[in-house]
Amino acid sequence: MSLDKTSAPVGPADDAPAPAAGAATVAVDPRLVVREQGFAGYLSEFKRKMRGGDLGSIPVVVGLIIIWAIFTSLNSNFLTAGNLSDISVAMVGTGMIAVGIVFVLLLGEIDLSVGSVSGVAGAVFAVLAVTHGMAEWLALILAILTGAAAGALHGFFFARVGVPAFAVTLAGLLFWNGFMLQILGDNGTINLDSEGLVAKLTGYYFSDVAAAYALAVIAVAGFFLSSFFDNRRRAAAGVPSRPLSEIIVRTALLAVLAFAAAIMFNQYKGLPLAVLIFLVVLVVTDFVLRRTSFGRKVFALGGSVEASRRAGISVIGVRVAVFSIAGTFAAIGGLFIASKITSANQGAGAGELLMNAIAAAVIGGTSLFGGRGRTWNALLGVLVITSIQYGLALQGIASPIQYMITGGVLLATVVIDAVTRKTQKTAGRA
Amino acid sequence: MVYVTATPVLALRGVSKRFGAVQALTDVELEVHAGQVVALVGDNGAGKSTLVKTIAGVHPIDDGVIEWEGRSVAINKPHDAQELGVATVYQDLALCDNLDVVGNLYLGRELRSWGVLNEVEMERRARELLTTLSIRIPSVRIPIASLSGGQRQTVAIARSMLGEPKLVILDEPTAALGVEQTAQVLDLVERLRERGYAVILVSHNMEDVRAVADKVAVLRLGRNNGFFDVATTSQEDIISAITGATDNAVTRRAARNVEVKK
Repeated sequence: MSLDKTSAPVGPADDAPAPAAGAATVAVDPRLVVREQGFAGYLSEFKRKMRGGDLGSIPVVVGLIIIWAIFTSLNSNFLTAGNLSDISVAMVGTGMIAVGIVFVLLLGEIDLSVGSVSGVAGAVFAVLAVTHGMAEWLALILAILTGAAAGALHGFFFARVGVPAFAVTLAGLLFWNGFMLQILGDNGTINLDSEGLVAKLTGYYFSDVAAAYALAVIAVAGFFLSSFFDNRRRAAAGVPSRPLSEIIVRTALLAVLAFAAAIMFNQYKGLPLAVLIFLVVLVVTDFVLRRTSFGRKVFALGGSVEASRRAGISVIGVRVAVFSIAGTFAAIGGLFIASKITSANQGAGAGELLMNAIAAAVIGGTSLFGGRGRTWNALLGVLVITSIQYGLALQGIASPIQYMITGGVLLATVVIDAVTRKTQKTAGRA
Repeated sequence: MVYVTATPVLALRGVSKRFGAVQALTDVELEVHAGQVVALVGDNGAGKSTLVKTIAGVHPIDDGVIEWEGRSVAINKPHDAQELGVATVYQDLALCDNLDVVGNLYLGRELRSWGVLNEVEMERRARELLTTLSIRIPSVRIPIASLSGGQRQTVAIARSMLGEPKLVILDEPTAALGVEQTAQVLDLVERLRERGYAVILVSHNMEDVRAVADKVAVLRLGRNNGFFDVATTSQEDIISAITGATDNAVTRRAARNVEVKK
């Protein structure tokens, strides 16, 4: 038996270090980046991330504070409940579109058609509900489905036919804009019922102060309980869990933000319906992306298409679904924008809307290179952009300057993104 | 003590493969037993990759028979091979850089409870798997991008273990790795053998082959050019078989004699 000769010396010699190595993994391996238990461990983990260039949302949060500080010093009206509440409602339209853009950016692709598709949704709703007198809820659903179908069509040409997404959606940008102008007809503007369903999307406020506080309580309690029980399950299964102090700190931070926002809304007209819908959308999409296997597939495709294909993921299916999601959110955003002006007009979906939506996703911290980002990025990014718009409008500064400043902020964000990627590479964490 | 079964897990009998005018494989024979590491070596263009791909189901064979545990089977697509229990780890890794180790291990076969990813259970099993294979990585929750090349390769190999295969094919697992990283991967190959897997190791590196393989199958110009026992064959003999500087008949007889003795 020649085989025995080769393996006999190897077997026992290798057996001896194997359990030792296994034990070292469980205990402390000097090469490991061990997270110490307790709050001190959390702090050192945080510092390590900072040095490694893993900045997350910190640049945009700091940027937002600076922007707010500048505008407040220029005009004391900026940081009032009324203005902040208006900003919150105005940002929802662009923010919804940006949520769809985050999905597409996670694939490492781009969708240029979302502006036009949002215009189409507003026009479809107006034509069906106002011109043809269809029930508003049905028209609303059909408008959103139109967006989903348009997105699926882009996805089909991109994923199945293999046309670059850039080119497909550029064609979509022109086509859907033309489609909108066509169905709006000669007069060009259709006014919506100012008491109707769509008008309420941005016009309705929960005037009862309890609504905003209840939402804040639900958000904080929900966050705490889900982290707490998740941690309990992790501890029970014997995998590393977060220290309780970290959960408490995070919950406290969220509580401060949530109640500050609730107090702010209640000082004005109460909790806006638009903000409530936007938050629900963000929670749901974040859950889908991070806790379902569909979301995992989206991230995987953004990381490596070939690896995903070999893992048995339907690349075409996921791509079509993601573009369809982008179209759906473009349509929803379009309805919020139409709601804000209670009309569908020829200018809808044109101009800076597309750029603002993409900029919002990127400013919020979604990587242009795919595979990194969260839908909450859309909220942060659109908050920055809308704050700039409103702040400059308060100063009476015209839109040319607005564009230049928004462009500057976008450039700064992309520079930060590129620089952090470099830092991450040198720290071995690209 | 390694137990080698009488029936090979995989046996190729007279396998041929042709791409248009190119005869890539001609009458190739190969046997792999459970608990055995067979190195597949050969010069560039010798047909190593083609042979691996026929076993993995990427290219169906034109002629010959593939026997799986003694039965003749047809492997026409990658899915067939996976069903049988063939796991292939390709040279270019096929991992997603942005996902963490757990995400990569379970990519495409996520554990779910009520439609939601069961992260806790996946993480627990991932740690268990890595511990049993003695794979040492900083954390199962850091992105693959921050691991070294050797660590990535071990993760890729561990990933193939999740399907509970019987035969693991490693295509150039140590190419482009440093000394320490190569050692990690070779350690892992030995552990696979101890755990009773049949392993086919495609490699260019004779030192790696001599370190972990039990048998060496040499391919030259798409044909068998010797099947050696590592312990009793000198490196020169293997290399001359690879380069063709040897008398084929003699080496083949030598290889057969070894098999008869066994």
